[in-house]
Amino acid sequence: MAKTIASYFDELRATRIWRSIFRSGTGSSTLHRALAIQQNVFLHLFSTKVRRRMLSFSATWYLGTLTFGTFLILVITGILLMLYYHPSVPQAYADMKDLQFVVSSGLFLRNLHRWSAHAMVFLVFAHMFKVFYRGAYRPPREFNWVIGVILLLITLLLSYTGYLLPWDQLAFWAITVGSNIASAVPVMGDKVHFLMLGGNLVNANALLRFYVLHCVILPLTAILFIAVHFWRIRKDGGLYAHQSEPATVQAQTAKAKEAQ
Amino acid sequence: MPEEKQTKPASAIEFDRRAFFTKLGLGSLSIAAAGTAVFAYQFLSPNVLFEPSPIVNAGKPESYALDSVTLDVNSGIYLIHAKEGFFALSAVCTHLGCLTAWKPELGIIACPCHGSKFHREGDKIEGPAPKPLPWLRTWLSDDGDLMVDRSTTIRPLQFVRV
Repeated sequence: MAKTIASYFDELRATRIWRSIFRSGTGSSTLHRALAIQQNVFLHLFSTKVRRRMLSFSATWYLGTLTFGTFLILVITGILLMLYYHPSVPQAYADMKDLQFVVSSGLFLRNLHRWSAHAMVFLVFAHMFKVFYRGAYRPPREFNWVIGVILLLITLLLSYTGYLLPWDQLAFWAITVGSNIASAVPVMGDKVHFLMLGGNLVNANALLRFYVLHCVILPLTAILFIAVHFWRIRKDGGLYAHQSEPATVQAQTAKAKEAQ
Repeated sequence: MPEEKQTKPASAIEFDRRAFFTKLGLGSLSIAAAGTAVFAYQFLSPNVLFEPSPIVNAGKPESYALDSVTLDVNSGIYLIHAKEGFFALSAVCTHLGCLTAWKPELGIIACPCHGSKFHREGDKIEGPAPKPLPWLRTWLSDDGDLMVDRSTTIRPLQFVRV
Protein backbone atom coordinates (compact mmCIF):
# COMPACT_ATOMS: atom_id res chain seq x y z
CA MET A 1 0.00 0.00 0.00
CA ALA A 2 1.30 3.43 -0.91
CA LYS A 3 2.08 5.82 1.90
CA THR A 4 -0.43 8.59 2.41
CA ILE A 5 0.56 12.18 3.29
CA ALA A 6 -1.08 11.65 6.66
CA SER A 7 1.24 8.75 7.41
CA TYR A 8 4.27 10.98 6.76
CA PHE A 9 2.91 13.40 9.33
CA ASP A 10 2.38 10.52 11.77
CA GLU A 11 6.02 9.50 11.34
CA LEU A 12 7.14 13.09 11.82
CA ARG A 13 5.12 13.33 15.03
CA ALA A 14 6.77 10.18 16.33
CA THR A 15 10.32 11.55 15.94
CA ARG A 16 12.27 12.48 19.05
CA ILE A 17 12.72 16.12 18.00
CA TRP A 18 8.98 16.60 17.47
CA ARG A 19 8.24 14.91 20.78
CA SER A 20 10.74 17.17 22.55
CA ILE A 21 8.88 20.24 21.27
CA PHE A 22 5.26 19.06 21.35
CA ARG A 23 4.55 17.03 24.48
CA SER A 24 0.99 16.07 23.62
CA GLY A 25 2.16 12.88 21.87
CA THR A 26 0.87 11.13 18.80
CA GLY A 27 -2.58 9.89 18.00
CA SER A 28 -5.87 11.44 17.09
CA SER A 29 -7.82 10.59 20.22
CA THR A 30 -9.92 13.33 21.80
CA LEU A 31 -7.41 13.55 24.66
CA HIS A 32 -4.44 14.03 22.31
CA ARG A 33 -6.26 16.64 20.27
CA ALA A 34 -7.29 18.49 23.43
CA LEU A 35 -3.72 18.36 24.77
CA ALA A 36 -2.39 19.69 21.46
CA ILE A 37 -4.40 22.87 22.04
CA GLN A 38 -3.92 23.07 25.78
CA GLN A 39 -0.15 22.61 25.79
CA ASN A 40 0.64 25.07 23.02
CA VAL A 41 1.58 28.57 24.18
CA PHE A 42 -0.29 30.21 21.28
CA LEU A 43 -3.34 27.94 21.20
CA HIS A 44 -3.90 27.51 24.94
CA LEU A 45 -5.75 30.85 24.96
CA PHE A 46 -8.50 29.19 22.94
CA SER A 47 -11.08 26.62 23.93
CA THR A 48 -9.99 23.00 23.47
CA LYS A 49 -13.43 22.20 22.13
CA VAL A 50 -15.67 24.24 19.86
CA ARG A 51 -19.26 23.52 18.87
CA ARG A 52 -19.18 22.39 15.26
CA ARG A 53 -21.87 24.80 14.13
CA MET A 54 -19.93 27.71 15.62
CA LEU A 55 -17.31 27.04 12.93
CA SER A 56 -19.84 27.63 10.15
CA PHE A 57 -19.61 30.94 8.28
CA SER A 58 -23.10 32.08 9.29
CA ALA A 59 -22.34 31.92 13.05
CA THR A 60 -19.74 34.70 13.14
CA TRP A 61 -19.01 35.58 9.49
CA TYR A 62 -15.40 35.03 10.71
CA LEU A 63 -15.20 38.79 11.37
CA GLY A 64 -13.01 38.56 14.49
CA THR A 65 -10.58 36.17 12.82
CA LEU A 66 -10.47 38.35 9.70
CA THR A 67 -9.72 41.41 11.85
CA PHE A 68 -6.87 39.52 13.51
CA GLY A 69 -5.68 38.48 10.03
CA THR A 70 -5.47 42.11 8.88
CA PHE A 71 -3.65 42.95 12.13
CA LEU A 72 -1.02 40.27 11.37
CA ILE A 73 -0.62 41.61 7.80
CA LEU A 74 -0.19 45.11 9.24
CA VAL A 75 2.47 43.97 11.73
CA ILE A 76 4.49 42.15 9.05
CA THR A 77 4.23 44.84 6.34
CA GLY A 78 4.74 47.55 8.97
CA ILE A 79 8.01 46.02 10.20
CA LEU A 80 9.22 45.76 6.59
CA LEU A 81 8.30 49.40 5.86
CA MET A 82 10.24 50.45 8.99
CA LEU A 83 13.43 49.17 7.34
CA TYR A 84 13.27 52.01 4.78
CA TYR A 85 11.48 54.79 6.64
CA HIS A 86 13.19 57.47 8.77
CA PRO A 87 10.84 59.43 11.04
CA SER A 88 12.59 62.77 10.44
CA VAL A 89 11.29 65.91 8.75
CA PRO A 90 13.79 66.05 5.85
CA GLN A 91 13.54 62.33 5.06
CA ALA A 92 10.04 61.06 5.87
CA TYR A 93 8.29 62.19 2.68
CA ALA A 94 11.24 61.20 0.46
CA ASP A 95 11.40 57.75 2.10
CA MET A 96 7.70 57.26 1.45
CA LYS A 97 8.24 58.19 -2.22
CA ASP A 98 11.30 55.88 -2.38
CA LEU A 99 9.15 53.05 -1.08
CA GLN A 100 6.77 53.70 -3.97
CA PHE A 101 9.26 54.15 -6.79
CA VAL A 102 12.71 52.82 -5.81
CA VAL A 103 12.39 49.94 -3.32
CA SER A 104 11.58 46.54 -4.88
CA SER A 105 8.04 45.55 -3.88
CA GLY A 106 7.89 48.72 -1.79
CA LEU A 107 4.77 49.95 -3.56
CA PHE A 108 3.10 46.57 -2.98
CA LEU A 109 4.00 46.52 0.73
CA ARG A 110 2.95 50.12 1.31
CA ASN A 111 -0.37 49.61 -0.46
CA LEU A 112 -0.92 46.33 1.39
CA HIS A 113 -0.29 48.16 4.68
CA ARG A 114 -2.65 50.98 3.73
CA TRP A 115 -5.48 48.80 2.43
CA SER A 116 -5.21 46.39 5.37
CA ALA A 117 -5.46 49.36 7.72
CA HIS A 118 -8.68 50.47 6.04
CA ALA A 119 -9.96 46.88 6.04
CA MET A 120 -9.13 46.47 9.73
CA VAL A 121 -11.17 49.53 10.73
CA PHE A 122 -14.08 48.29 8.59
CA LEU A 123 -13.84 44.74 9.99
CA VAL A 124 -13.65 45.93 13.60
CA PHE A 125 -16.91 47.84 13.10
CA ALA A 126 -18.53 44.91 11.26
CA HIS A 127 -17.41 42.54 14.06
CA MET A 128 -18.91 44.83 16.69
CA PHE A 129 -22.21 45.14 14.80
CA LYS A 130 -22.43 41.36 14.40
CA VAL A 131 -21.70 40.82 18.12
CA PHE A 132 -24.19 43.52 19.07
CA TYR A 133 -27.07 42.33 16.90
CA ARG A 134 -26.60 38.69 17.93
CA GLY A 135 -26.67 39.78 21.56
CA ALA A 136 -23.28 38.17 22.19
CA TYR A 137 -22.19 41.14 24.32
CA ARG A 138 -24.58 40.15 27.15
CA PRO A 139 -23.44 38.58 30.45
CA PRO A 140 -21.25 36.67 31.02
CA ARG A 141 -19.50 38.29 28.03
CA GLU A 142 -19.90 41.93 29.08
CA PHE A 143 -16.26 42.33 30.11
CA ASN A 144 -15.06 41.02 26.75
CA TRP A 145 -17.24 43.66 25.08
CA VAL A 146 -15.38 46.29 27.12
CA ILE A 147 -12.05 44.81 25.99
CA GLY A 148 -13.42 45.01 22.44
CA VAL A 149 -14.23 48.71 22.84
CA ILE A 150 -10.65 49.31 24.05
CA LEU A 151 -9.39 47.43 20.97
CA LEU A 152 -11.61 49.64 18.76
CA LEU A 153 -10.00 52.73 20.30
CA ILE A 154 -6.49 51.28 19.80
CA THR A 155 -7.36 50.51 16.16
CA LEU A 156 -8.54 54.08 15.57
CA LEU A 157 -5.46 55.51 17.32
CA LEU A 158 -3.22 53.30 15.19
CA SER A 159 -4.96 54.65 12.07
CA TYR A 160 -4.64 58.22 13.30
CA THR A 161 -0.94 58.01 14.25
CA GLY A 162 -0.12 56.23 10.99
CA TYR A 163 -1.79 59.01 9.04
CA LEU A 164 1.00 61.48 9.90
CA LEU A 165 3.91 59.29 8.84
CA PRO A 166 3.83 59.96 5.03
CA TRP A 167 4.48 63.61 6.01
CA ASP A 168 2.54 65.09 3.08
CA GLN A 169 -0.01 67.91 3.04
CA LEU A 170 -2.90 65.56 3.84
CA ALA A 171 -1.00 64.11 6.82
CA PHE A 172 0.09 67.52 8.15
CA TRP A 173 -3.36 69.13 8.04
CA ALA A 174 -5.20 66.04 9.27
CA ILE A 175 -2.98 65.92 12.37
CA THR A 176 -3.21 69.72 12.80
CA VAL A 177 -7.01 69.45 12.84
CA GLY A 178 -7.05 66.28 14.95
CA SER A 179 -4.65 67.58 17.58
CA ASN A 180 -6.64 70.84 17.80
CA ILE A 181 -9.70 68.73 18.63
CA ALA A 182 -7.69 67.41 21.62
CA SER A 183 -7.12 70.98 22.83
CA ALA A 184 -10.91 71.31 23.24
CA VAL A 185 -10.59 69.12 26.37
CA PRO A 186 -11.69 71.27 29.34
CA VAL A 187 -8.98 72.84 31.54
CA MET A 188 -6.04 70.69 30.39
CA GLY A 189 -6.74 70.81 26.61
CA ASP A 190 -3.73 72.94 25.70
CA LYS A 191 -1.45 70.78 27.88
CA VAL A 192 -2.74 67.61 26.17
CA HIS A 193 -2.14 69.24 22.77
CA PHE A 194 1.41 70.25 23.77
CA LEU A 195 2.29 66.79 25.17
CA MET A 196 0.79 65.02 22.15
CA LEU A 197 2.80 67.02 19.61
CA GLY A 198 5.85 67.63 21.80
CA GLY A 199 5.53 71.31 20.86
CA ASN A 200 3.06 73.91 19.62
CA LEU A 201 3.15 72.85 15.98
CA VAL A 202 3.03 69.61 14.01
CA ASN A 203 6.81 69.37 13.64
CA ALA A 204 9.79 67.04 14.12
CA ASN A 205 8.80 66.12 17.69
CA ALA A 206 5.24 65.33 16.66
CA LEU A 207 6.46 63.11 13.81
CA LEU A 208 8.76 61.19 16.16
CA ARG A 209 6.11 60.84 18.89
CA PHE A 210 3.52 59.57 16.44
CA TYR A 211 6.10 57.17 14.98
CA VAL A 212 6.91 55.68 18.39
CA LEU A 213 3.21 55.43 19.26
CA HIS A 214 2.40 53.87 15.88
CA CYS A 215 5.27 51.37 15.76
CA VAL A 216 5.83 50.42 19.41
CA ILE A 217 3.41 51.55 22.10
CA LEU A 218 0.05 51.03 20.35
CA PRO A 219 0.89 47.68 18.68
CA LEU A 220 2.19 46.24 21.98
CA THR A 221 -0.95 47.43 23.79
CA ALA A 222 -3.07 45.96 21.00
CA ILE A 223 -1.32 42.56 21.26
CA LEU A 224 -1.85 42.53 25.03
CA PHE A 225 -5.56 43.27 24.76
CA ILE A 226 -6.02 40.87 21.81
CA ALA A 227 -4.58 38.09 24.01
CA VAL A 228 -7.01 38.94 26.81
CA HIS A 229 -9.86 39.18 24.26
CA PHE A 230 -9.18 35.65 22.92
CA TRP A 231 -8.66 34.17 26.38
CA ARG A 232 -11.94 35.64 27.61
CA ILE A 233 -13.85 33.82 24.83
CA ARG A 234 -12.82 30.53 26.46
CA LYS A 235 -13.37 31.82 30.01
CA ASP A 236 -16.86 33.06 29.15
CA GLY A 237 -17.98 29.68 27.81
CA GLY A 238 -16.79 29.72 24.22
CA LEU A 239 -18.27 31.50 21.23
CA TYR A 240 -21.81 32.69 21.79
CA ALA A 241 -24.22 29.98 20.62
CA HIS A 242 -27.76 31.21 20.72
CA GLN A 243 -29.75 28.04 21.57
CA SER A 244 -27.33 26.07 23.71
CA GLU A 245 -26.49 28.98 26.00
CA PRO A 246 -26.55 27.56 29.57
CA ALA A 247 -28.65 30.51 30.78
CA THR A 248 -31.11 30.02 27.91
CA VAL A 249 -31.31 26.27 28.49
CA GLN A 250 -31.88 26.82 32.20
CA ALA A 251 -34.60 29.36 31.50
CA GLN A 252 -36.25 26.99 29.05
CA THR A 253 -36.25 24.07 31.51
CA ALA A 254 -37.60 26.37 34.21
CA LYS A 255 -40.42 27.42 31.88
CA ALA A 256 -41.14 23.80 30.96
CA LYS A 257 -41.37 22.93 34.68
CA GLU A 258 -43.76 25.82 35.25
CA ALA A 259 -45.97 24.61 32.39
CA GLN A 260 -46.21 21.20 34.05
CA MET B 1 -1.42 39.01 87.39
CA PRO B 2 1.35 41.14 85.94
CA GLU B 3 1.82 38.46 83.26
CA GLU B 4 -1.80 38.90 82.05
CA LYS B 5 -1.39 42.64 81.92
CA GLN B 6 1.62 42.24 79.68
CA THR B 7 0.08 39.85 77.12
CA LYS B 8 -2.85 42.08 76.06
CA PRO B 9 -0.86 45.20 75.23
CA ALA B 10 1.72 43.02 73.50
CA SER B 11 -0.85 41.73 70.97
CA ALA B 12 -2.18 45.26 70.48
CA ILE B 13 1.35 46.47 69.76
CA GLU B 14 1.81 43.62 67.27
CA PHE B 15 -1.37 44.66 65.41
CA ASP B 16 -0.40 48.33 65.44
CA ARG B 17 3.00 47.51 64.07
CA ARG B 18 1.48 45.58 61.16
CA ALA B 19 -1.02 48.36 60.44
CA PHE B 20 1.77 50.91 60.67
CA PHE B 21 3.93 49.08 58.14
CA THR B 22 0.93 48.59 55.81
CA LYS B 23 0.25 52.31 55.94
CA LEU B 24 3.91 53.10 55.51
CA GLY B 25 4.11 50.80 52.48
CA LEU B 26 0.97 52.18 50.84
CA GLY B 27 2.05 55.74 51.62
CA SER B 28 5.49 55.33 50.08
CA LEU B 29 3.96 53.58 47.06
CA SER B 30 1.57 56.47 46.47
CA ILE B 31 4.40 59.00 46.87
CA ALA B 32 6.41 56.99 44.32
CA ALA B 33 3.39 56.89 41.97
CA ALA B 34 2.88 60.66 42.25
CA GLY B 35 6.61 61.17 41.64
CA THR B 36 6.43 58.96 38.56
CA ALA B 37 3.50 60.99 37.22
CA VAL B 38 5.39 64.26 37.74
CA PHE B 39 8.55 62.77 36.24
CA ALA B 40 6.61 61.47 33.20
CA TYR B 41 4.90 64.83 32.65
CA GLN B 42 8.19 66.71 32.88
CA PHE B 43 9.99 64.24 30.64
CA LEU B 44 7.28 64.45 27.96
CA SER B 45 7.24 68.28 27.92
CA PRO B 46 10.22 69.47 25.87
CA ASN B 47 12.19 72.27 27.55
CA VAL B 48 13.74 73.52 24.32
CA LEU B 49 11.73 73.81 21.13
CA PHE B 50 13.17 74.15 17.67
CA GLU B 51 10.22 76.05 16.25
CA PRO B 52 10.27 79.13 14.02
CA SER B 53 10.44 82.48 15.84
CA PRO B 54 7.05 84.08 16.48
CA ILE B 55 8.40 87.42 15.26
CA VAL B 56 8.21 87.82 11.48
CA ASN B 57 9.77 90.50 9.32
CA ALA B 58 7.12 91.35 6.71
CA GLY B 59 9.33 93.69 4.68
CA LYS B 60 8.86 97.28 3.57
CA PRO B 61 5.37 98.81 3.84
CA GLU B 62 5.72 100.13 0.26
CA SER B 63 5.58 96.57 -1.08
CA TYR B 64 1.92 96.30 0.01
CA ALA B 65 -0.51 98.10 -2.32
CA LEU B 66 -3.40 100.04 -0.80
CA ASP B 67 -6.45 97.86 -0.10
CA SER B 68 -4.42 94.67 -0.51
CA VAL B 69 -4.55 91.49 1.56
CA THR B 70 -1.32 89.47 1.42
CA LEU B 71 -1.10 85.97 2.85
CA ASP B 72 2.32 84.69 3.94
CA VAL B 73 1.85 80.93 3.80
CA ASN B 74 5.04 80.12 5.74
CA SER B 75 4.29 82.29 8.76
CA GLY B 76 0.48 81.97 8.57
CA ILE B 77 -0.33 85.71 8.70
CA TYR B 78 -2.20 88.22 6.54
CA LEU B 79 -0.65 91.62 6.05
CA ILE B 80 -3.40 94.04 5.17
CA HIS B 81 -2.96 97.58 3.90
CA ALA B 82 -6.23 99.35 4.62
CA LYS B 83 -7.06 103.05 4.24
CA GLU B 84 -6.58 103.50 8.00
CA GLY B 85 -3.14 101.85 7.92
CA PHE B 86 -1.43 98.47 8.15
CA PHE B 87 -2.45 95.55 10.32
CA ALA B 88 -1.64 91.85 10.62
CA LEU B 89 -4.16 89.09 11.11
CA SER B 90 -3.53 85.48 12.05
CA ALA B 91 -4.40 83.29 9.06
CA VAL B 92 -4.86 80.23 11.30
CA CYS B 93 -8.54 79.35 11.58
CA THR B 94 -9.80 79.59 15.17
CA HIS B 95 -11.82 76.41 14.63
CA LEU B 96 -9.25 73.63 14.22
CA GLY B 97 -6.11 75.38 13.02
CA CYS B 98 -6.30 75.14 9.23
CA LEU B 99 -4.71 77.85 7.09
CA THR B 100 -7.42 80.15 5.73
CA ALA B 101 -7.32 81.82 2.29
CA TRP B 102 -8.20 85.32 1.04
CA LYS B 103 -10.90 85.24 -1.64
CA PRO B 104 -10.46 88.47 -3.63
CA GLU B 105 -13.56 87.86 -5.78
CA LEU B 106 -15.76 87.72 -2.65
CA GLY B 107 -13.72 90.06 -0.49
CA ILE B 108 -13.69 87.60 2.42
CA ILE B 109 -11.34 85.21 4.19
CA ALA B 110 -12.49 81.57 3.95
CA CYS B 111 -11.29 78.35 5.55
CA PRO B 112 -10.99 75.35 3.20
CA CYS B 113 -11.40 72.76 5.97
CA HIS B 114 -14.85 73.37 7.46
CA GLY B 115 -16.16 76.46 5.66
CA SER B 116 -15.70 79.25 8.23
CA LYS B 117 -15.84 82.74 6.72
CA PHE B 118 -14.35 85.97 8.06
CA HIS B 119 -14.34 89.67 7.13
CA ARG B 120 -11.10 91.34 6.18
CA GLU B 121 -10.93 92.77 9.73
CA GLY B 122 -11.11 89.25 11.18
CA ASP B 123 -14.75 89.24 12.39
CA LYS B 124 -16.57 86.00 11.84
CA ILE B 125 -19.25 85.90 9.14
CA GLU B 126 -20.28 82.28 9.56
CA GLY B 127 -19.04 78.76 10.10
CA PRO B 128 -17.95 76.58 12.96
CA ALA B 129 -15.15 78.93 14.02
CA PRO B 130 -15.88 80.07 17.59
CA LYS B 131 -13.84 83.27 17.55
CA PRO B 132 -12.75 85.97 15.07
CA LEU B 133 -9.26 85.83 13.56
CA PRO B 134 -7.03 87.61 16.09
CA TRP B 135 -5.11 90.80 15.32
CA LEU B 136 -1.37 90.41 15.86
CA ARG B 137 0.96 92.99 17.35
CA THR B 138 2.51 94.90 14.45
CA TRP B 139 5.12 97.67 14.50
CA LEU B 140 7.67 99.41 12.35
CA SER B 141 11.28 98.42 12.99
CA ASP B 142 14.17 100.91 13.08
CA ASP B 143 15.02 99.88 9.52
CA GLY B 144 11.48 100.74 8.41
CA ASP B 145 10.34 97.11 8.06
CA LEU B 146 6.93 95.92 9.18
CA MET B 147 7.33 93.49 12.08
CA VAL B 148 4.65 91.09 13.32
CA ASP B 149 4.67 89.18 16.62
CA ARG B 150 2.53 86.07 16.12
CA SER B 151 2.53 85.22 19.82
CA THR B 152 0.90 88.51 20.92
CA THR B 153 -2.69 89.30 20.01
CA ILE B 154 -4.05 92.84 20.32
CA ARG B 155 -7.49 94.38 20.36
CA PRO B 156 -8.84 94.95 16.82
CA LEU B 157 -8.66 98.22 14.89
CA GLN B 158 -5.20 99.23 16.11
CA PHE B 159 -3.64 100.21 12.79
CA VAL B 160 0.00 100.97 12.11
CA ARG B 161 0.27 104.23 10.21
CA VAL B 162 3.33 104.78 8.06
